[in-house]
Amino acid sequence: MLTLTVSLYHYLILSAILFGIGLFGVLAKRNAIAVLICIELMLNAININLLAFNKYMTPGDFIGQIFAIFVITVAAAEVGVGLAIIIAIYRNKLSVNLDDFDWLKW
Amino acid sequence: MVEFAMHNAWLVPLLPALSFVIIIFLTKPWPKLSGLVTVAGMVLACAVASFAAYGVFTNHAIAEKPLVYATRWFSMPGLHIDVGVQLDPTSAMMMFMVTLVASLIFIYATGYMKGDPGYSVFFSYLSLFGSSMLLLVISSNLLQMFVAWELVGLCSYLLIGFYTHKISAREAAKKAFVTCRVADFGLLLGILSLQIVFGTLNLTELAEKINHFEQYTTMGMMTLIAVLVFIGPIGKSGQFPLHVWLPDAMEGPTPVSALIHAATMVVAGVYLVGRMIFMFDKVPTAMELVAVTGAFTALFAASIAITQNEIKRILAYSTVSQLGYMMLALGVGSLTASMFHLWTHAFFKALMFLGAGSVLHALHHKADVWEMGGLLKKMPITGYTFMAGCLAIAGIPPFAGFWSKDEILLAVFDSGHYVLFTMAALTAFMTAFYMWRLFFLAFMGDEKPENHPHESPWNMTMPLVVLAILAAVGGLVGTPVNNMWAQWIYFGHPHEGHVNWLIMIGSVVLGFAGIYLAYTLYVADKTKARAHAMAEKYKFFHNLSYNKYYIDEIYLWFNHTIVDGSAKLFYLFDIYVVDGIIINGIAAFTRLSGEGLRITQTGRLQNYALVFFLGVLALAVALAFTETSAAFGLVTGGAK
Repeated sequence: MLTLTVSLYHYLILSAILFGIGLFGVLAKRNAIAVLICIELMLNAININLLAFNKYMTPGDFIGQIFAIFVITVAAAEVGVGLAIIIAIYRNKLSVNLDDFDWLKW
Repeated sequence: MVEFAMHNAWLVPLLPALSFVIIIFLTKPWPKLSGLVTVAGMVLACAVASFAAYGVFTNHAIAEKPLVYATRWFSMPGLHIDVGVQLDPTSAMMMFMVTLVASLIFIYATGYMKGDPGYSVFFSYLSLFGSSMLLLVISSNLLQMFVAWELVGLCSYLLIGFYTHKISAREAAKKAFVTCRVADFGLLLGILSLQIVFGTLNLTELAEKINHFEQYTTMGMMTLIAVLVFIGPIGKSGQFPLHVWLPDAMEGPTPVSALIHAATMVVAGVYLVGRMIFMFDKVPTAMELVAVTGAFTALFAASIAITQNEIKRILAYSTVSQLGYMMLALGVGSLTASMFHLWTHAFFKALMFLGAGSVLHALHHKADVWEMGGLLKKMPITGYTFMAGCLAIAGIPPFAGFWSKDEILLAVFDSGHYVLFTMAALTAFMTAFYMWRLFFLAFMGDEKPENHPHESPWNMTMPLVVLAILAAVGGLVGTPVNNMWAQWIYFGHPHEGHVNWLIMIGSVVLGFAGIYLAYTLYVADKTKARAHAMAEKYKFFHNLSYNKYYIDEIYLWFNHTIVDGSAKLFYLFDIYVVDGIIINGIAAFTRLSGEGLRITQTGRLQNYALVFFLGVLALAVALAFTETSAAFGLVTGGAK
């Protein structure tokens, strides 16, 4: 029977895959809401990393977990601000397509 | 009183400076009072100077070791500048001579400038001029001397250009100032080099250190320094080729000309070389340069003076020529002869300039000697005193010029410079000729009916009489029979007085020959036909001399083509290279690269995010493959 032990590397690979998907979404998605969701994906990939390192490298204390809680808090705030900006832009442009937003150009 | 004067010689330049301040701030609205303040300041200075000079000339110790009172002016690491008073026979003599001649000229000026709207200002400038020169004379430090030197230059500028309504006066003032500035730059470089090489500018310390300069520097450097220092006197003392400003300086009021040509300003150059003779003496090349410059200037200026027509211009060129004599004497190493000639020259040249001023005053500024004539009868005091000056400069015994000129000729002959001696002797002959040509044309011959000359007032004739007496007897202090002069003012060891009858009689013969030639051409020949015929016959030489060898024209040409041309060239360089390539080039490069980089600013957040991500990636990779980094350990095996 095949025994499967879950090691640090499995976590890291999962986190890397999630981060990659998130990054691709941030860079390639045209919908602003989808970009926000992808950012959440990246943040959570990082959270997995933090928890995995905490578990395998410093099992005694909870630094990684505390960090993860902070990341979740910041992410919630960031999503709040991000959504507010997107709604404001939508009221102006009647669009959430990122291709229409090039105001930062010179 | 003598003690007091010797220990307080600083009063000498201070008193005239005080009159300057008083006139500027207090007495300016009252011309008469201003004149009085000026004269009083200088006469008081003269009294102090006389007592101090008496003290010096009765104390042999001072001849060996100068009396120096100095205080620290400023000090910084490696540079200590003193300011003070140095009393030795040379400076005492100068101090006495300058105050005496200046007092007489100031008294004369009270008469000459009567009714001038700028009377008070004129006298304040005169005071400052005298004060600057006296400061220069008593300086114990080269930097202090340089300050006074420049002050003298400034005052000469103010005074030459005093008649500001005359364009020629303004131009002459500028010319004098600029020419002297050119030369002063050389002097400044020389002084700086002395400070760098020897670490001091005090005359006594310099004299000691230069005595064995091999410990400090090489012969080549020493020669360079001496030549640089000599450039200053070339300009100030009107030596060839920077003599051009001196004849134009007569554009100022006549007392100023007298002051510049006799007591102050031009003799400053000779005095400086005399002061630094301990340096020149160590550098044979520089000595030769001084001697040759002097001899050439003497002959050159004399040959110009022969054909000039304006009374003051003739005198001006004669000054240039006589200054050449003094330089020549210094160049052959005879401080005695040079200072002696400076002393006698001050009297007879001041006398002649003041006499010329008296004539101009009487003839309402008609300056051409050909339009004068017969003035001796109408202006006997001016005429006879002028004659005394002419006798002195022509070298007729027992007048002052005879003794000093003889001393110079003797010194040149003894030094073995026979070519220079011939030039000097020829100059003596020409000097006698042109001075008596001036005298005969102006004072003898027929009176011109259109002139109504009158004798000048007492305050103008009194200085003339005093100066005439000095021009007659001033040389008796240095006769070969009892040469008091040489016992006091000398460099190295006291000058051994000896009589060379050949030179003495020869110079008298030359003097009389010059006078006789002038007599035959300008008095015996009533129509002056022979003089005109000669000018016609040797037209080329006459033109050359009359136009001052076209030196001014050469300078003008040089200015207009070379200087202006190169300025034009530099202008183009500035426009096309500095402005065009460098300044506008940099601006254009910045603008174009900005235009190019603008394209990368898409305004799309996702582009920016991509670049950001790639940057982080690159950084991470770079860190991971740097062996020294902490990340390296983490990636390769630090993680368990």
